[in-house]
Amino acid sequence: MKLIIIAGPPSAGKTAVIKQIVANVKDELRTAFLKIDVVKAYEDIELEHEFGILTKKVYSGDLCPDHAGVMVLGDVVDWAEENRSDLLIVESAGLCLRCSPYLNQGLGIIVLSSISGIHAPEKMGAMVSLADVAVVTKIDLVSQAEREVLIQKIKEVHPGIILLETNALQGTSLQRLYRLIRESPDIDKDHLILKGSPPLGTCTICVGKKEIGWKHHFGVVKKLDCQMAEYLYRGE
Amino acid sequence: MTELTILPGYNRDGQRENYEQIQLRPGETISIVGPTGSGKTAFITDIELMAQGDTSTRRRILINGKVPEDSVRYNPSLKPIAMITQNTKCFADLTVENFLKIHARAREIDDQGIIPGTLELANTFTGEKIAASHRVTTLSGGQTRSLLIADAVLIGAAPVILLDEIENAGIFKQEVMAIIQDSGKIIVFVTHDPVIALNTKKRLIMEHGGVKKVLLRNAQEESAVKKLIEVDKRIGTIREHLRSGNIITAELAI
Repeated sequence: MKLIIIAGPPSAGKTAVIKQIVANVKDELRTAFLKIDVVKAYEDIELEHEFGILTKKVYSGDLCPDHAGVMVLGDVVDWAEENRSDLLIVESAGLCLRCSPYLNQGLGIIVLSSISGIHAPEKMGAMVSLADVAVVTKIDLVSQAEREVLIQKIKEVHPGIILLETNALQGTSLQRLYRLIRESPDIDKDHLILKGSPPLGTCTICVGKKEIGWKHHFGVVKKLDCQMAEYLYRGE
Repeated sequence: MTELTILPGYNRDGQRENYEQIQLRPGETISIVGPTGSGKTAFITDIELMAQGDTSTRRRILINGKVPEDSVRYNPSLKPIAMITQNTKCFADLTVENFLKIHARAREIDDQGIIPGTLELANTFTGEKIAASHRVTTLSGGQTRSLLIADAVLIGAAPVILLDEIENAGIFKQEVMAIIQDSGKIIVFVTHDPVIALNTKKRLIMEHGGVKKVLLRNAQEESAVKKLIEVDKRIGTIREHLRSGNIITAELAI
């Protein structure tokens, strides 16, 4: 079974890209889809309705969605294999920019909108720098020169990335992406690991304490003015 | 680059377009005309993306008679095509100078003189001058268009330039046409302007998402365009007078 993991900020066009992929490969590859989100998601219903593929979603609720993703990914690979899928597509919630959900196998794809701002590629950190492919969407909304400037910015964050530009609603120029997916090798599910490391530890804010100020909290946190030191803070 | 070839696709009814192939060579210009929504912008977008049957029109583009390599299709520094769209808004929150610098880097140009040169050229097309320190997000529609045209000619430096309705932005279109027409490039104009439409030797007529006709300019049209350019220059002079606050005080003779 092949595996692709799609990340990117909300409204970048992740689902539009996925719909184009599914429309293109579904006759050839039996496709399963998982959407990870925090509160609400409709992508699974839409994809099942439109293409009749196997879909599932999971809400992370109070848990960080990327953490939830790491935890359920093992189960979802088993679920997709039990259902004899040839391709598993995982769509991340695309919220926090600290983590990246990509694994050491399969394809990691970042979807970025061409109107997301010129500094977006740098701000997204590991979501861009650990991806295999970047798909830049909404190219019909900006000039060619501006697209080239954005692409240059992405390349400066990740020189080796494979770059594609598309109007995802129409699915223009995605043939190379379909080819990359078809050519990507099957995964070995016993040796799947994250490409990037998740954030270090947690603090009392993570577990739901709402008070503000240092005296109420302890854990691995950072003060406003310190650079790297004083990671460990104990409440008074 | 010696030849750009456009192979037919399908119109909105699914009918194959009515031409064998359209070939363009360096120094040639072509205009694309037709009502709004007839598929003019989609036509040049196909060229810009070097479509290989993977756009909604299913047209295919050949460079020098061959399917372009992936490296050429997807690497901005190797891309032989520069397009100026109708989108006269820039979202990049950068100064004009930084915008041009990053684009020059994307096109792998080391010459730093290209930045002031591009700005100088842009300022020949526009009324209010653009400064290097302006943010691109604050430029007017006409200023942005002028900057992008100058950028396409010098930094894009591509052998093929695609221009989508340059007449719309209140820029000096005669200057733009004069500078780019003798540049030995392939120039494609999408236009509603009869002066631009008749100024090119070839003319594509679009309808319903597809190419309806390919026309070659006839002898009658060649003399007509000379007169039209004169009329257009006079209208341009009147426009500049009005823009600078002058008033009309005598009967207008055209």
